[in-house]
Amino acid sequence: MEDCIQTISDYAFRSIGFGERILPREGFTLCQQFTLIGSGMIWNVYFGVVALVTGFFLATAVAVGKASDNRIIHKLSAWFIFLFRGSPLFIQFFFAYFFFLSLKGQYAFFDPFTAAWLGALIVLFLNTSAYTGEIFYGALQSIPKGDIEAADAYGLSGWPRFRRVIWPTMLRLAWPAYTNEGIFLFHSTTLVFFSGFPAWQQRGDALYYASFFADKTFNPFVPYPILAFYFILLTLLIITIMGRIGTRLNRHLPQDAKPKFRFRPQIIR
Amino acid sequence: MACYLTTGKHMGFYVSFGTVLLLLAITAPLALSFGFGGAMAARSPFAPLSWLGKTYIAIVRGVPDIAFFLFFVIALDQGIEVLRHYAKCPDWPDTIRQGNDFIVCQQAKMPLGAAPQWVHETYGFMIAVFTFAIVFGAFAANVIFGAMRAVPKAQLETAEAYGMTRRQTFWRIVVPQMWVYALPGLGNLWMVLIKATPLLFLLGVEDIVYWARELGGTKTPRFTDYPHGDWRMWYFLVLLVFYLGFTRVSEIVLDRIMRRLTKGQATAAGEAQRKAAA
Repeated sequence: MEDCIQTISDYAFRSIGFGERILPREGFTLCQQFTLIGSGMIWNVYFGVVALVTGFFLATAVAVGKASDNRIIHKLSAWFIFLFRGSPLFIQFFFAYFFFLSLKGQYAFFDPFTAAWLGALIVLFLNTSAYTGEIFYGALQSIPKGDIEAADAYGLSGWPRFRRVIWPTMLRLAWPAYTNEGIFLFHSTTLVFFSGFPAWQQRGDALYYASFFADKTFNPFVPYPILAFYFILLTLLIITIMGRIGTRLNRHLPQDAKPKFRFRPQIIR
Repeated sequence: MACYLTTGKHMGFYVSFGTVLLLLAITAPLALSFGFGGAMAARSPFAPLSWLGKTYIAIVRGVPDIAFFLFFVIALDQGIEVLRHYAKCPDWPDTIRQGNDFIVCQQAKMPLGAAPQWVHETYGFMIAVFTFAIVFGAFAANVIFGAMRAVPKAQLETAEAYGMTRRQTFWRIVVPQMWVYALPGLGNLWMVLIKATPLLFLLGVEDIVYWARELGGTKTPRFTDYPHGDWRMWYFLVLLVFYLGFTRVSEIVLDRIMRRLTKGQATAAGEAQRKAAA
């Protein structure tokens, strides 16, 4: 017990560079595995939250762009979505890493881009914008005709109509699918440190540490279930938070007419 | 340039595209049959079997897939070796797990230590295929399970009225009709499967990602006749384009199949087709 508290204080923030520098070498205890893998979750949460929040805005823009009547804007948005949804995230990470690496060779400014915290974040941001953009576009297409006609009848047009009628309705319709997207964005953050981006001073994410332990102990039956446990917790947390927001978005509707959330994985990107 | 792109190593790169296609060709039917089995188990009236099927479907979904890939490769490998160990060396005195070591007797090694290189590579590939099939089988099971339940109830009741047994109803009514409901989901799964193929790299197979990293890296004139700088970015651009083209073609083909299948079906899309033709 004493040992375990010591381990937690040594390694709880190891993934972001605080505490003991040297990773455990032998006699790996359950406590060490729980602590380090949990410490790695900091990265997963960081990537997921920042990409989801920033991606939300670009996704709205892309969705509106794809629904736009302007041919050029429509084409650009559609291509953006196709580019990121049609290719594996894994390859996108690799490409981006080597792209930033060759830019860095020419301009020192691009130095931070080759580190995971920024470079991988940009890829995740663009990727989730494309997936979410497609979800929002689908929702835009299925906004009830009556809602828009009612807005017209009230004399709303342009920005106020979008802000007060179209946008909230789009979010409401897209919310269940968007929740799934959020969950799988968090899951795909595990790819980061396996795709070119180096884990500097062994500061990695949860999967990085899990595979570290699996390699060292040659026993996959402990670290991976621990990782699974953390991710199931995270998934439940996301469902709860997104469910709260969803309830708020739907608060004006009759209580039995709410669209129900169904867990529908988008699976691997 | 032409000389550069036809070196022996580049042939390995081109062949690895074949590896990816081979993986898809083997995994897709295998995963489909796993999925079919899983779905059949999940709707079985025998409770433990139904739990087994449902657990199989549920457990793969809450956890990042890549963790499963990394897990299953080691787990399968060790599982096979443990089984062989018990079969071949029943009077082995030591336990298999000693601290951080995993020790089985020489005869139980899989593949055998003395086996030629190609056996090792094929074995690695087969493990990868099996891993893919397990993971994607669960997703397919989920889709097929839903599709089986989507078959209109009236159809099943009619079958019962004709005196068909449960088994007959399943094979003659449910299975032929469920495909139209399953296809959108399975199509989506196919796209996902295509996009999952680069993960072969993580499973230790020499696939296109491996070669792109290998070939693109900086080459000095000392070791090769074709020196160049860091070209990895361009190699990955080629892979990106390859995948984009592949998913685009699949999208078009799936669209065609769907249109063919909905013809004359009592669904909204089928109705729309009928109206458009009239």
